Amino acid sequence: MKNSIGIVTPQTLHIDEPLALVSGAVLPQYDLVYETYGSLNAEASNAILICHALSGDHHVAGFYDGDEKPGWWNDYIGPGKPIDTDEFFVVCSNNLGSCRGSTGPTSLNPETGKAFGSDFPIVTCRDWVHSQNQLRQHLGIDQWAAIAGGSMGGMQVMQWAIDYPDKLRHAVVIAAAPKLSAQNIAFNEVARRAIMTDPEFHEGRFIEAGTTPKGGLALARMLGHLTYLSDDMMGAKFGRELRADKLKYSFDVEFQVESYLRYQGEKFATKQNFDANTYLLMTKALDYFDPAGEFENNLSQAFAHTKAQFLVVSFTSDWRFSPARSREIVRALLDNDLSVSYAEVESEHGHDAFLLPNTHYEGIFRAYMRRLQQEVRPA
Amino acid sequence: MNQVITPEFKLISDWISPGSHVLDLGCGDGTLLTYLKSSRQVRGYGMEIDPQKNIQAVMNGINVIQSNLNSGDLNAYFDPHSFDYVIMTQALQVVSRPDLLLDRMLTVGKEGIITFPNFGHWKMRAQLLFKGRMPETDTLPYHWYDTPNIHLCTFNDFEGLCEEKGIEVMARTVVNTQHQTNLGMRLWPNLLGEVALYKVKKRN
Repeated sequence: MKNSIGIVTPQTLHIDEPLALVSGAVLPQYDLVYETYGSLNAEASNAILICHALSGDHHVAGFYDGDEKPGWWNDYIGPGKPIDTDEFFVVCSNNLGSCRGSTGPTSLNPETGKAFGSDFPIVTCRDWVHSQNQLRQHLGIDQWAAIAGGSMGGMQVMQWAIDYPDKLRHAVVIAAAPKLSAQNIAFNEVARRAIMTDPEFHEGRFIEAGTTPKGGLALARMLGHLTYLSDDMMGAKFGRELRADKLKYSFDVEFQVESYLRYQGEKFATKQNFDANTYLLMTKALDYFDPAGEFENNLSQAFAHTKAQFLVVSFTSDWRFSPARSREIVRALLDNDLSVSYAEVESEHGHDAFLLPNTHYEGIFRAYMRRLQQEVRPA
Repeated sequence: MNQVITPEFKLISDWISPGSHVLDLGCGDGTLLTYLKSSRQVRGYGMEIDPQKNIQAVMNGINVIQSNLNSGDLNAYFDPHSFDYVIMTQALQVVSRPDLLLDRMLTVGKEGIITFPNFGHWKMRAQLLFKGRMPETDTLPYHWYDTPNIHLCTFNDFEGLCEEKGIEVMARTVVNTQHQTNLGMRLWPNLLGEVALYKVKKRN
């Protein structure tokens, strides 16, 4: 529990103001579940918003009572950590469409009295940012000191900097991309097909049918998980190691890597009870993210009104969103003469590296946050 | 180290117009940019490959892009003439192709400011001539086998390269390791000068 914020509890904000979504649909009302750590100073100038990734949630750091596993970014958020909760007021909300508490496919649709299921509208990064902006107002924060996120979280950070240029001073974009490549979309599509062709999917109304498309969701997660790891790391961790002492020449699980992937898929679909419709929605939100799309595919133009200062970080073995993708972001920021620092961190952990301890990553993150601290609290 | 080269930074600062846009290649912990921000109100970026120095530069409030000068990154990141000055102190001799880097510098920058140690200094010549061994001096304290300085040159070599490439030497200051100059160094720079600062640009 050293350097931990200890026990944390989520809160819920109910919003009655309808949210007009990018798709054209409207959410008349919704809940946002969120956690906060540290305390907001009198000027409300020390607030940091964290945006979560695909399967993440609002539980970023600390522990739930009786739980042994901390929040997903616990290594980087807490007293004395890069995002120091002794200095900053940290906020993270669960994205709309998720299955972890904010309104999503598993919530009751007040119009029908049944779970939304496949009726839950498609949401995008921009929709999330608009909903998070409601939370900002509710918390009495005029301007975030910083918004930070990795992967899909990093995309929301960029969307904030584009849509609300006056509402943040710093943007920390980690292991992200300015849009998905054809290969990224292809992986997502295979994952979606795995879910949607599961006989238990029932066209998304599986909750009503009293079942879940576990098999398809597990497959989707296995595929996704693969893209988070690097070839080198899998080689080092599993190699061609067998579960038994010799080859069986059968279709049973023989290699350790097969066993590991099956376990990850199974855990996601059952123990973690992730919702299949949520997985579909999150992958679609990723596919649609393309801020340059509105500017004749010119990313520099997309950032033309952005005022935030940026820290961009990528990881050498990340092939899902490779350093080259982060350099595209950096280039676009430089085109606008924005304040930007960029680090390309040596890591063997692939895309997952953004969640794991790493001296360089921690050093640059900490150094950048120190700068913010000095702004918030002049020496 | 920084304290030792501060006189060099003062000389560089004298060449820089106030308020200009500057790129510092191999910026280290950002000491030069920090100095130029206060002495010349410059804005700009640093580029540095070393993770530890990157961390220090960020800590010092410098906008630093982690980058390998041997890659083509410079041109990938910046449009031609993005900077008034592209500065590179004591790094020309460590890159894989100083000639290509010089081209890149003078593409993204209108002018270049470069400093490097002179391999034509008499101490170098003497060590090679009398001892028959690769020189080791205060400015170049390495052994031949572990030196990062893979492309050492003399002032004459550098000026020869500039001539060949159509690069104009706008200004040159030749100094000793204490960054002082004297009559001898002005008369016989390639023999008596230890460090040179060059201000260059492309001839039109």
